Amino acid sequence: MKLGVVRFPGSCDDVDAQLAASRVGETVLLWHADRNLHSVEAVIVPGGFSYGDYLRVGAIARFAPVMESVLAFARDGGLVLGICNGFQVLCEAGMLPGALLPNDHLRFRCGQVDVQVVNADTPFTRACERGQILSIPAKHTTGRYYAPDAQLDAMEAAGQVVLRYAPGANPNGSARDVAGVSNEAGNVLGLMPHPEHAVDELVGGSADGLALFESMGEAIDERVGV
Amino acid sequence: MSASASDSRTAGRASVSERRAGCLAEVTPTVEDAIALGLTRDEYALVCGKLDRAPNQVELAMFSLLWSEHCAYKHSKRLLATLPTEGPHVVMGPGENAGAVDVGGGLVCAFKVESHNHPSAVEPFQGAATGVGGILRDIFAIGARPIAVLDSLRFGEPGDSPRSRYLLDHAVGGIAHYGNSIGVPTVGGEVYFEAPYEHNCLVNAMALGLAPRERLVRSAAAGVGNVVVLFGASTGRDGIGGASVLASAELGEADADKRPTVQVGDPFAEKKLMECSLELLDRGLLVALQDLGAAGLTSSASEMASKGDVGIDIDVARVPLREADMEPFEVMVSESQERMLCVCEPAQVDAVLAVCATWEVHGTAIGEVTGSGHMRIFAGERLVGEMPVAALVDDCPLYDLAPERPTAPLYAPPVATLDAGADPREALLALLGSPNIASRRPLFAQYDWIVQSRTVRRPEEADAAVLALPDGSALAVSIDANGRRVAADPYRGAVEAVLECASNLACVGAHPLGTTNNLNFGNPEKPHIAWQLTEAVRGLGDACRALAAPIVGGNVSLYNEGAAGPIYPTPVIGMVGRLPDARRAGRMGFARAGDAVAIAGAFAPALEAGELAKLRGEALPDGLAAIDIERVRDAQAAIRDAVRAGALSSAHDIAEGGFLVAVAECCLASGLGAQLDIGPSDAPFTHLFGEGPGGFVVSGERDALDELAERVALDVFGTVGGDRLSVRIAEHAFSVSMAELGAAHVALARFFS
Repeated sequence: MKLGVVRFPGSCDDVDAQLAASRVGETVLLWHADRNLHSVEAVIVPGGFSYGDYLRVGAIARFAPVMESVLAFARDGGLVLGICNGFQVLCEAGMLPGALLPNDHLRFRCGQVDVQVVNADTPFTRACERGQILSIPAKHTTGRYYAPDAQLDAMEAAGQVVLRYAPGANPNGSARDVAGVSNEAGNVLGLMPHPEHAVDELVGGSADGLALFESMGEAIDERVGV
Repeated sequence: MSASASDSRTAGRASVSERRAGCLAEVTPTVEDAIALGLTRDEYALVCGKLDRAPNQVELAMFSLLWSEHCAYKHSKRLLATLPTEGPHVVMGPGENAGAVDVGGGLVCAFKVESHNHPSAVEPFQGAATGVGGILRDIFAIGARPIAVLDSLRFGEPGDSPRSRYLLDHAVGGIAHYGNSIGVPTVGGEVYFEAPYEHNCLVNAMALGLAPRERLVRSAAAGVGNVVVLFGASTGRDGIGGASVLASAELGEADADKRPTVQVGDPFAEKKLMECSLELLDRGLLVALQDLGAAGLTSSASEMASKGDVGIDIDVARVPLREADMEPFEVMVSESQERMLCVCEPAQVDAVLAVCATWEVHGTAIGEVTGSGHMRIFAGERLVGEMPVAALVDDCPLYDLAPERPTAPLYAPPVATLDAGADPREALLALLGSPNIASRRPLFAQYDWIVQSRTVRRPEEADAAVLALPDGSALAVSIDANGRRVAADPYRGAVEAVLECASNLACVGAHPLGTTNNLNFGNPEKPHIAWQLTEAVRGLGDACRALAAPIVGGNVSLYNEGAAGPIYPTPVIGMVGRLPDARRAGRMGFARAGDAVAIAGAFAPALEAGELAKLRGEALPDGLAAIDIERVRDAQAAIRDAVRAGALSSAHDIAEGGFLVAVAECCLASGLGAQLDIGPSDAPFTHLFGEGPGGFVVSGERDALDELAERVALDVFGTVGGDRLSVRIAEHAFSVSMAELGAAHVALARFFS
């Protein structure tokens, strides 16, 4: 199994995502200027500040050559996980619904947050139980999820709201405590908290984030019929 | 000590416009111009002697920078020479961009602390941001990947001063902006609020990096005919005169006019520069590497030439510019951020430029290493400056200080905020809510302390930050200096600052490997400041020798004073240590109900110069109690060994606010209360709130504490548990709920709403 981690200039959590993904498979870095996805079976768009993010976050990264290939890969059903800046990029690229706005308190905030699994029937959460609480770090300035109410209703009905901040744990003012959403097909997930930073209790505060990577591993294994 | 720091002490005492007007004149500068740029009349005469003529505009600009306090350390070099710099772990000592110590497994840890005080006083967001950028460049300039940032901040009293709140908010914002965006975690730091910093805040940043030992690179240029390549951001007028104007002696009222001289940081450019530099070194393409800090190309090129005992020719016409009409001297002294200078063999130039192109970083060959022993500056074909390297870098006159112990107090007593008759319960809550002790969470919550997957102990989890190493061991790092205690007694206060860092390391189970320092002082030409500096450096040396924690690098920031007087003398100490097993790193918070609580160590508390004395508005004493450094060192060793053995549930060094505040912090870190029964006491306030080095609050099973008592003085005073902190001492008995402790401790949050 091979997982790719995109590296834009300005990516910060790319190596961390690679470390986490390497617990379930082989990993390769995908350079922003290179359209070749090197036959990976899943793509992770990591956290950071792609191209500095001096414009609206993710607004430049969506135009990177590698993103053309990621878009095509997702259209073909490939698994794409966007974390933090990656979530922002996927929203900008139109691969996920909604948008991420500056936190309601307008500051960068770093801390462990409790995240509830709303939909455990996705390739990213299948190793979790519905309602399970995951303790995962979150750290961002621009993480307030927004979509119009009607769209949020539809997304909830369709199971696209995959992760929510636990009651009282919303760190940014996200609408309806949304922490992570998927596309309609369910093969693209974006979330603001950092599961790649919670795969080892020694440095992660917990190892709860590992479940997302294990889920992806299981989903890929199932597809290739291992 | 390296002279590439960003808080330079170059000396121009004229305004920007006056200085620029003087320098733009198409005539040979006069001695008056030299004085305007900060040289003395005698120094100017010496420069003329070295050149056998009067320096032209480019040469005078370069001499004035390299002969500044910042670059030449002319008032501090002789003192700094007394510091211990060698030890079994030292791989790279003072003189390079950063020091480095061996951490095992073929790895070295590079680290250094540096100041960006005056820029931050003028424009706190960008001043602090570029302070972080500057110290990170020092780390990757020697080939190490930055793995952590810590910061040490000083402001005036936030409750009284809107300006202090503004500086605090924006400096923290600047550190967060730069560190978070570049992907280096900010894992620790400290902040103090004292009236003497009101007009002259301090922003010191420390960075650590890791490198395979063989990747370390020095900054000495070598190989006649080799090519000098400038890479990174293009060069503009930003920061021209920044170092000189801002650092020019003392801050005054017209500082707002100086805001345009503060450089603007671009963390994205630095991120690319860092990755580019590390890739160039990984591929073995470089002979030497140096960052551009204060004094820009002038300082970096001259120092590279000096260290390599060679000459360098530079063509300023080849330097990529942001503004086309820049004068040669402006190109040479620009302090534009995010630039590096390297030396490579001619055959490697194409490969070097290709790596630069990959990272979308400007790379331009701008010069050549020569055998001339001279710095020669060209503008195209035109030679616009020529100076012997030795004259520029080595021949600045050094000055002896004229220290004189002050006969009258230098600092006004603090404004009282607590009634002298307050009982111990009131005192405890006042201390926990005082700006120097309240929780730092509102600050560090704005920093990414997680990125790079190495952070074993996060802020407020332990006395020192702990960073995992690949072999299962870990680095520990602490930064500290209590300026008020140094003001009371520069020698013992400096000793205490070093001991405090080592105690912090002991609490996580680490022994010191090396030390860095940033000496923040007032004007050393004044005898009483010279005395503070001399005494503090003596204390620093004695303590570092006793702990076998040599100084591997650092920085000096002088002239930190304004019309209201000097800052408290503030020798900021950063100490790096190692512990063998990351999984046994100690914690500050109580862990288990039923554990015994003890005070341990070589502790002789006194109220003078402590936080309670400050709250009561007491003047500083003339001196602190004598310290038995060896005894404190032995106590640290005992605590360290017990933590390493996993014998303790928690360990926390007793610092500001004394024993009871330390216990309250152990409660707050865990949510567990404690019951203390201290018994009879002749001086309950001293017992509860007195300060001094060498004391620890530890908790654990009774047997483990009894075992520890065989090595170090230890008194069991109570038990962990419940949701209150209850205390009986002498005739006092009181109890505080965890909720009340917590409510007091969040006092800083209101400054960030």
